[in-house]
Amino acid sequence: MTLRATTSQTVGPFFSIGMERLNRVELAGPGVAGERVTIEGRVLDADGVGVPDAIIELWQANSHGKYAHPEDLQEKPVEAGFQGYGRIPTDEDGKFRFTTIKPGAVPGPDGKLQAPHIAVSVFMRGLMRRVVTRIYFPDSAGNAGDFVLGLVEAGRRGTLIARNASGMDGVLKWDVIMQGPGETVFFDC
Amino acid sequence: MSKLAGYRRAVAGTQPEYLHPTYKSSLKRAPSQPLVYLPHTLSEITGPVFAPETVNVKACDLTRQHTGEPLGERIIVSGRVLDEDGKPVRKTLVEVWQANAAGRYRHKVDQHQAPLDPNFSGHGYAMTDGEGRYRFITVRPGEYPWGNHHNAWRPAHVHFSVFGPAFATRLVTQMYFPGDPLLEFDPIYNCTADEAARQRLISVFDWESTIPGHALGYKFDIILNGREATPMEK
Repeated sequence: MTLRATTSQTVGPFFSIGMERLNRVELAGPGVAGERVTIEGRVLDADGVGVPDAIIELWQANSHGKYAHPEDLQEKPVEAGFQGYGRIPTDEDGKFRFTTIKPGAVPGPDGKLQAPHIAVSVFMRGLMRRVVTRIYFPDSAGNAGDFVLGLVEAGRRGTLIARNASGMDGVLKWDVIMQGPGETVFFDC
Repeated sequence: MSKLAGYRRAVAGTQPEYLHPTYKSSLKRAPSQPLVYLPHTLSEITGPVFAPETVNVKACDLTRQHTGEPLGERIIVSGRVLDEDGKPVRKTLVEVWQANAAGRYRHKVDQHQAPLDPNFSGHGYAMTDGEGRYRFITVRPGEYPWGNHHNAWRPAHVHFSVFGPAFATRLVTQMYFPGDPLLEFDPIYNCTADEAARQRLISVFDWESTIPGHALGYKFDIILNGREATPMEK
């Protein structure tokens, strides 16, 4: 190694100036295969107050479990209308909402498939580098044996799994709790 | 499928911790639990790919986005995006945003009394070329006061957002200017323990990229996490 990775710095409060051009709250274009799902929630600070200046980025496979990326060598179809990228700023109450398709399963390091999940980065004023987390889906049979969920102590795994919203078909709830009781699991990525 | 090579982790001290009491906004937002080590899977060694067609070549000239010319000193900010082995990171998206020459952002939350400039929006983007190079034409951003502590001022800086080849390489940072007397007092700049790592956030004055009679040049190379050696097949 000859060089060292550049130090991260906070996005600060004014990131929308440079980042909003690539905001994306609808990840799947028309005709993209898969089960449509809306995920909504809030980013909350240690006092349970919504964070109004956070921005969430998403990365996921399509419904076949294929990433639109040259290093995904699986023989599965990519879809023209699905990049797998999302970027959603929070509103003044810390709320966010996006619509996508439920990803298919992708391979894990143990040779088994990982349970369907979305890779998540969260940036905000006050955070010197992003936090990395994942969104898993309720009722996925694979969650119980998932390699990454298995790295997390059982009592905290629930912070990574979206919940069914009562009375709202196709809507899932998932919050990001930065600090304190119910703190979301964040990864060293 | 063959085994996948992950990306390297930060060397101790070269990346900021989350909690910095001197940076007030971190107090209620920094995670308190230890991070869970995530081995890189296909989900982390892939990441969003942006087609070059989505990049407008005018987007990298922040001085030509309006009918008139912005106020301030014109500068060229250029450099390369490389990995830790010095290999160019090609065709990756670089986003920038900054205050105007008076130290004011075009943003509703910015209440600093310095004037807005109708001819400066303060955002740009570029895609690196085959050698990992990028280049922006802009104005030198002003320093500005903020509410972190009594008489707090941010040093002049440009925000950078870079994707790199994978989810694991995503980076958001800030570029500073050489000789800025405010750096020493800035809690954000000083959040990183390693002094050499901090200093790499300071651009270098660069005669070569200067445009005679028009703009001074500053060079800022951005280094993304390098690749682990490819695991050997058994």
